[in-house]
Amino acid sequence: MEKTTVKKIATRDAYGQVLVELGHENPDIVVLDADLAKSTKTAEFAKVFPERFFDVGIAEANMIGMAAGLATCGKIPFASTFALFGSLRVADMIRNSVCYPNLNVKIAVTHQGLTLGEDGASHQAVEDIALMRAIPNMTVIIPADATETKKAIRAAANTHGPMYIRMGRPSVPVLFDDSYEFEIGKGVQIREGNDVAIIATGVMVHIALEAAELLAQEGIQARVINMATIKPIDEEIIVKAAQETKGIVTAEEANIYGGLGAAVAEVLCEKHPAKLRRVGVQDTFGESGKPDELLQKYGLTAENIATKAKEMLK
Amino acid sequence: MSTIAEGKLAELKQRANHIRQEIVKMVAAANSGHPGGSLSAADILAVLYFHEMNVGPEKVNDPDRDRFILSKGHASPVLYATLAEKGYLPKEELATFRRINSRLQGHPSKKLLPGVEQSTGSLGQGLSTANGMALAARLDKREYRVYALLGDGEIQEGMIWEAAMAAGHYKLDNLVAILDYNHLQIDGNVEDIMDIGPVADKFRAFNWHVIEMDGHNIEEIVAAFAEARTVKGKPTFIVAHTIKGKGVSYMENACGWHGVAPNEEQLKQALAELCAQGGDK
Repeated sequence: MEKTTVKKIATRDAYGQVLVELGHENPDIVVLDADLAKSTKTAEFAKVFPERFFDVGIAEANMIGMAAGLATCGKIPFASTFALFGSLRVADMIRNSVCYPNLNVKIAVTHQGLTLGEDGASHQAVEDIALMRAIPNMTVIIPADATETKKAIRAAANTHGPMYIRMGRPSVPVLFDDSYEFEIGKGVQIREGNDVAIIATGVMVHIALEAAELLAQEGIQARVINMATIKPIDEEIIVKAAQETKGIVTAEEANIYGGLGAAVAEVLCEKHPAKLRRVGVQDTFGESGKPDELLQKYGLTAENIATKAKEMLK
Repeated sequence: MSTIAEGKLAELKQRANHIRQEIVKMVAAANSGHPGGSLSAADILAVLYFHEMNVGPEKVNDPDRDRFILSKGHASPVLYATLAEKGYLPKEELATFRRINSRLQGHPSKKLLPGVEQSTGSLGQGLSTANGMALAARLDKREYRVYALLGDGEIQEGMIWEAAMAAGHYKLDNLVAILDYNHLQIDGNVEDIMDIGPVADKFRAFNWHVIEMDGHNIEEIVAAFAEARTVKGKPTFIVAHTIKGKGVSYMENACGWHGVAPNEEQLKQALAELCAQGGDK
């Protein structure tokens, strides 16, 4: 990967842009928000398609139920709010009104994890991946950059079924160009290496690439896998990494319990036992601070990933 | 106040009676289920499915069909019995209610049974789905109407009030919510547990048109739905004053019959009473 002059775009900004594109292409796309349209960037869609945009006010439960009703009538609703309010707050509505009847509702949340920043722990969802992954019929996607966000949102719009798509607030490096191929359920190897493998998702993908650079300086070749789809998880790419390297580090901006690290551990235990280290939030709440400061304080860093990788090589 | 022909009135009464008989038979056969809150809604569903709504087994995928959501999903027996009476499923299948491999789950499953418009059971969620359906009709310029049946205990759920606020805000005049106001919930009287009154005033304050009716008087039910069709710019909330367990003497107004099945002897008595009320079998 080129390290120079990296363009940075927030995944939520890419979401706002692609929604407008989709709105032009497909009249069945409708968008709901719960008084956070300016932050989630659904306001972009609202400007162009006011008749297909519903700001339900601060009432997330009703938003999910309305999305379900719209979906039963052939609409493709994207329901957006912060990750916390679009998952934990409305878990039962998502389960019973969306996933049980397997409705075509896309819950597209922003302000994921710690990098939500200054608002602090009350707003920082670190449990949502685990929760959404546990609901039958649900697909869970965490795009790594703006390019992948656009492709993932397009794929979501064109694939039937409930989906939870988790995006972020701060700008993150654009890692992929338009030739990047996104497929739901497929991990993508974005750096070669056979000493260790780093499987990362979301904001941690570019940090995993930095970790691979650090390791390379010490002569360690790290494979980096972008695991945008947490469910269904790409078992094949995990098993291959376990077979071809000496151990795997997972990296996610979420609690290590129930998220990407847990999903990889499940696959390894059943299919190909291997060494594993999980970088993520260590079962604790976050706090207020700048996104970069939070990533640093909670160990979501290239240095920590590199350290964990080297542990397995000892 | 005769808004329907005598013959239709007699038919609707008989449909409601059939539905009640199937409810008690179904719950007895399953030895499980919720008879009280199913019996209280039988007249309402009879009018909806045999007079008011544009629905039928041949229309399950018709985009213009009317939609009914049983938000109080535990009253699934009244929905299944009504759907069977309407021909969506054979009446014999009602005996599979709550059994393994059955399409007739304890609470309705949209995926399993054609005619069920939304999976319900976790209380408070159906009205929001109804909002979404009503908005979709507006977007698609379709004429269909959406009906949601709510329990009185159910509207203690906060989500109902989110949905009520939204329906008023969006002026969903193609939406009708019916409250099965039978005054009993599992733990006792609604008034004692968590009073919902004055419920008509509450919904008026949420910008709904409110109608009160005797939920067991077929003509009043017919008239209420007819009035709802004339309302423009507001959703309609119908307060149906009902009797829990209506039609079966020992179940009427008895809290204990919320979620208990009758035994063989009790079933015989229930069916005898219902037959005496004008059923033909």
